[in-house]
Amino acid sequence: MPMDIVVCIKRVPATDATIKIAADGKSIDPAGVTFELNAYDEFALEQALRIKEQLGAGSVTVVTIGPKEAQKELRDTLARGADKAVLLVTDKWMFDGASTAAALAAWIKTQPCNLVLCGRQAVDSDNNQMAGNLAARLGFASVTEVVKLTLDNGVFTAERDIEGAREVVSCKTPAVISCQKGLNEPRYANLKGIMAAKKKPFEETPAQLGAAALEVVSLTLPAARAAGKILGNGADAVPALIQALRNEAKAI
Amino acid sequence: MSNIVVIAEVRGGTLKRPSLEAVTAAKQLAAGAGAEVAVVACGAGLDSATAELQQSGAKQVIAIDGPNFANYSGDAWAKAIADQARSLGASAVLMAHTAMGKDLLPRVAALLDGAIVTDVIEVACTGGTFTAKKPVYGGKVTMAVKATKAPFCATVRPNNFAPAGSGSGASVSKVAAPAGELMAVVKEIIGSGGGRTPLQEAKVVVAGGRGLKDAEGFKLLEELAAAFGPGVAAVGASRAVVDSGLRPHREQVGQTGKVVSPPLYFAVGISGAIQHLAGMRTARTIVAINKDADAPIFKVADYGIVGDAFEVLPALTKAIAAAVGHK
Repeated sequence: MPMDIVVCIKRVPATDATIKIAADGKSIDPAGVTFELNAYDEFALEQALRIKEQLGAGSVTVVTIGPKEAQKELRDTLARGADKAVLLVTDKWMFDGASTAAALAAWIKTQPCNLVLCGRQAVDSDNNQMAGNLAARLGFASVTEVVKLTLDNGVFTAERDIEGAREVVSCKTPAVISCQKGLNEPRYANLKGIMAAKKKPFEETPAQLGAAALEVVSLTLPAARAAGKILGNGADAVPALIQALRNEAKAI
Repeated sequence: MSNIVVIAEVRGGTLKRPSLEAVTAAKQLAAGAGAEVAVVACGAGLDSATAELQQSGAKQVIAIDGPNFANYSGDAWAKAIADQARSLGASAVLMAHTAMGKDLLPRVAALLDGAIVTDVIEVACTGGTFTAKKPVYGGKVTMAVKATKAPFCATVRPNNFAPAGSGSGASVSKVAAPAGELMAVVKEIIGSGGGRTPLQEAKVVVAGGRGLKDAEGFKLLEELAAAFGPGVAAVGASRAVVDSGLRPHREQVGQTGKVVSPPLYFAVGISGAIQHLAGMRTARTIVAINKDADAPIFKVADYGIVGDAFEVLPALTKAIAAAVGHK
């Protein structure tokens, strides 16, 4: 059975970026921030390409709801091997999981699709909720934070880490699967891929967003931790540490 | 009266502690909303977990129990829970931000067409409006949000609320787990019972970085973890160590790993890159051991020792074992 795969991606600040709050107190100041493809989405794209290669048929369409600038991240996914890219344009920061899932589900319903892959979370809003929310809206099965995935006769076997153990999940299609680090080693674009990407379909259309489910009240920087104490050098400082942990911090 | 619903997580018949923390968060919401707390659990053989939940201060406990729910299935469980939430008139649905919570609650939220906030560290209900705070941008920023859609669904970060206890007995009702298709279902659980303390549930996390150099260094760290006694401490690792293949990814603490918030955190041979701090800065007490006195980790640590981990760890392990009485 060929798979028509939709990969959901997001353009996010680089994980080593220093984040400053904008004057409105509700958004970040993008000045000086480098944006990139969300790291977990790279695992999703790579897995989509591998499944298509395994089956020797099907399609990989990459979609994002985001700003015009996300063209760069989408072009990169085409260069890595995706067949088609779709940019649903909005200036809004997509932090509201329910309305993002609703808009994506509405779009996916218009597409041939029996598998959706996404990263386990976007490292800006850190929600980790897209797979389940989207799947329930589409009537698809879902498995989240997958670190190993095999496909046999249209049924996935997925492994995911849980607290202190690992679950093996049998998952029928159609499905939404969110990808965790460890699933695969993503490929990068080569020159041939970059040239080929220029001829691939790229759609851009305004995002159709419904009513918001959440509103940002404020963004604040967490309180800085009080400066700590250096208790000394080497093993000689251990008794002082034990004293402090016991009597001051009451941690042991 | 409306209900604040908590989805309890029961694994192998045992109620998971973060679920009791979610009950505490639910009680705070119930007080603000003039609502009551109802707990819903799914599984097969829930009697002992139900008995424990009865004493959590909830008003009622609903056990969806039966052989069809013996193994976790996100789609089937979400459907059964959403049905219960509807008949309870749920104004909010909470669950712990665990592997199961992250898998299950978003499905429930979608079926109820509600708002969802994940990994919350504070919740409130004032004048009928539900609000929450959660870390974003890898913990570099705290976001406060309000829900503009009902019900309000949230996963609660473990170790941020005290576990609920000592309530008067809740009423219990048992509902037969519905038969029907399981689209995704757990077939097997590997590696449980190995005595490994889950990183996010550990009271103490001892994390190592490049300063530990090799497997020998991590052996010293494992000995420190063991010195706290069985089931207390878990070993964590920095991204550099995980990327080098020295430790498994499940141990990674940081923005692209796990976020932990234990009462006591040791950072050993970890410089304190911004991605790492994102994963541990809400720990209550932080101890740093590093050769480099200028390492950024000392800026967030409560206590620091400047020194070589290979020299400090054996002495520390001995002293901890003596202090906590596990020799």
